[in-house]
Amino acid sequence: MRLLNYTTQYFALLLLGVITIWAVAFYYAMLDEIYDSLDDGLENQKILLLKRAQEDPSILAHNDFDKHVYSFTPITAPSFEQQQERYQDTLMYMLNEEDYEPVRIYESAIQANGGYYKLKIITSMVEEDDLIEDLVSYLIGLYAFLVLCILILNNLLLKRIWKPFHYLIDQLKDFKLDRKTSLTTAPTKIEEFTLLNTTVTALIASAQRSYEEQKQFIENASHELQTPLAIVINKLELFIEQQPLSDEQLVQMASVLDNLGRLTRLNKSLLLLSKIENEQFQEEAEVDFKQLLHQSLSDFEAIAAHKNSALILLEETEMSYRMNRDLAVILVNNLIKNALVHGTPGAPIHLRLKQHALSITNQGTPTPLKVEDIFARFKKSGTNEKSTGLGLPIAQAIAVKYQLQLTYSYTEGHRFTLTFPI
Amino acid sequence: MKILIIEDEPQMLDNMRRTLEQEQYLVESAATYTEALDKIGAYAYDCILLDVMLPDGNGLKILKELKAQQKEEGVIIVSANDSLDDRIEGLNLGADDYLPKPFHMAELRARVQAVLRRRNFEGNRNIQLGNVNINPETRQVFIAEEDINLNRKEYDILTYLIANKTRLVTKAALAEHVWGDHIDQADSFDFIYSQIKNLRKKLEPASINVQAVYGVGYKLEVD
Repeated sequence: MRLLNYTTQYFALLLLGVITIWAVAFYYAMLDEIYDSLDDGLENQKILLLKRAQEDPSILAHNDFDKHVYSFTPITAPSFEQQQERYQDTLMYMLNEEDYEPVRIYESAIQANGGYYKLKIITSMVEEDDLIEDLVSYLIGLYAFLVLCILILNNLLLKRIWKPFHYLIDQLKDFKLDRKTSLTTAPTKIEEFTLLNTTVTALIASAQRSYEEQKQFIENASHELQTPLAIVINKLELFIEQQPLSDEQLVQMASVLDNLGRLTRLNKSLLLLSKIENEQFQEEAEVDFKQLLHQSLSDFEAIAAHKNSALILLEETEMSYRMNRDLAVILVNNLIKNALVHGTPGAPIHLRLKQHALSITNQGTPTPLKVEDIFARFKKSGTNEKSTGLGLPIAQAIAVKYQLQLTYSYTEGHRFTLTFPI
Repeated sequence: MKILIIEDEPQMLDNMRRTLEQEQYLVESAATYTEALDKIGAYAYDCILLDVMLPDGNGLKILKELKAQQKEEGVIIVSANDSLDDRIEGLNLGADDYLPKPFHMAELRARVQAVLRRRNFEGNRNIQLGNVNINPETRQVFIAEEDINLNRKEYDILTYLIANKTRLVTKAALAEHVWGDHIDQADSFDFIYSQIKNLRKKLEPASINVQAVYGVGYKLEVD
């Protein structure tokens, strides 16, 4: 939910409560005031009637409400003593409304013209249901109006106020640390936003710096390792050539050389990965993928034969794409290598080169792999100790660099598909 | 044959010197840019191994200097910085080959031999070993005048082993030379064995044979 609507929603809820409470209080206060003024009027009428009775005692004979709004009923002296002034609400049939309507009756005892009378004065009363109805409809109107006002105010005002914030988050949304994009901020007079802008800018600058340093560090470290590795391997090569060694010693030496070879390959892979990420492959050419695929297949023929697997090209077409040639070779080779290393020995590996896609399918573990682990560095599936765990990450880095999509799926086998943009 | 190694890392230099001296080459060395320029000015060499990154200058400038002096030395650039730019620039400046570090000793021997052969015999001299004769131009192999048919990989294995004859060639060195750098992540180099087996069969009438060195690699012996 958007911030604007979020606050409006709370305002609307709060207003609903406030207006309801206010309406109840207002209703009773008003009703109280109305009764008060009605009662005053009734008392005033009583005084007026008493005065009239002195001048015209005949009115004392009016004892029903058909013709007048008052009635006199003769009472005895003890009743007069007991009679207290009181107000009573009741219903009376009104001709104009053709319905029973509430009336207020004022009862009082008077002494006039030497006799005791009970005096009742009636007055038409406010119709409570009508009052409530009116009040509710007016309040609903007020409520709607207020919410509308808040909405308009929010949209006009808050939108303007939060502009620097939205500007910032719009940029953060598209921000990628590995892309060398910089962030701009909108000027603002609001202190909090200024703080947010400067903090985010500083944070990103420092993150970018660390990222660059880290990338550079890996490249430099791998680079520095090359020479000592070369020296050690060469010394061992010279050593095993000169000495007459026993078979046991040769096996040990071979194992040392193997591991050093593995270290060299790992180092080379890291260096390659850094170089791809550090944009050190600028050269581009139209790469003929059909020809490249045939070259790779012939290179891997011996390895496939050794594993009793066949590399079968099921489908091919003329296809070329503009990218760095060396990286294209590495990309295709890594995918084939991956299929060979992880494929079940003896099972065929199927390749398809279509107009916009290259797919490689191998048999292997009967369950799909975790997609999030496949392209992660050093995540090795299985126990293949010779694998560097960098083959697929390198393939992925190359694919990303040239807007290709490298995806994994599992249907009749593990399939890696390289999709070329159309 | 006189070879100059221009390399500032003493242990690297020592390894290269020992390997090449085993091949009966006369090896001299220079550890700095200035020393290298002095030696080039004073003496003539058959092949120069040139490290690009020297403490007091860029090795590529030495290459330019050589070309300016119209020297005929074969030059192999040795670089720890395996970048395409270096490679292209080096080769454009007239280097004969480019060897990225780290490399196998067998690879160094093969590269130096190839450069020397090209320089001294203009590339059209056949390689003769025992009763085997190889024409590098046409990639034809003859055993006792009889043309034998080797596939591309078998031919590459044979010439590599010949370049390193009587030396132990590790499986890794052989695989990387014949199948290229990109093969390097394959899970084992054992696949070479079947190729060697085929090659051995074809070499049966020859006076050379490929011997396996237990667990490590192969060696070409001349009867």
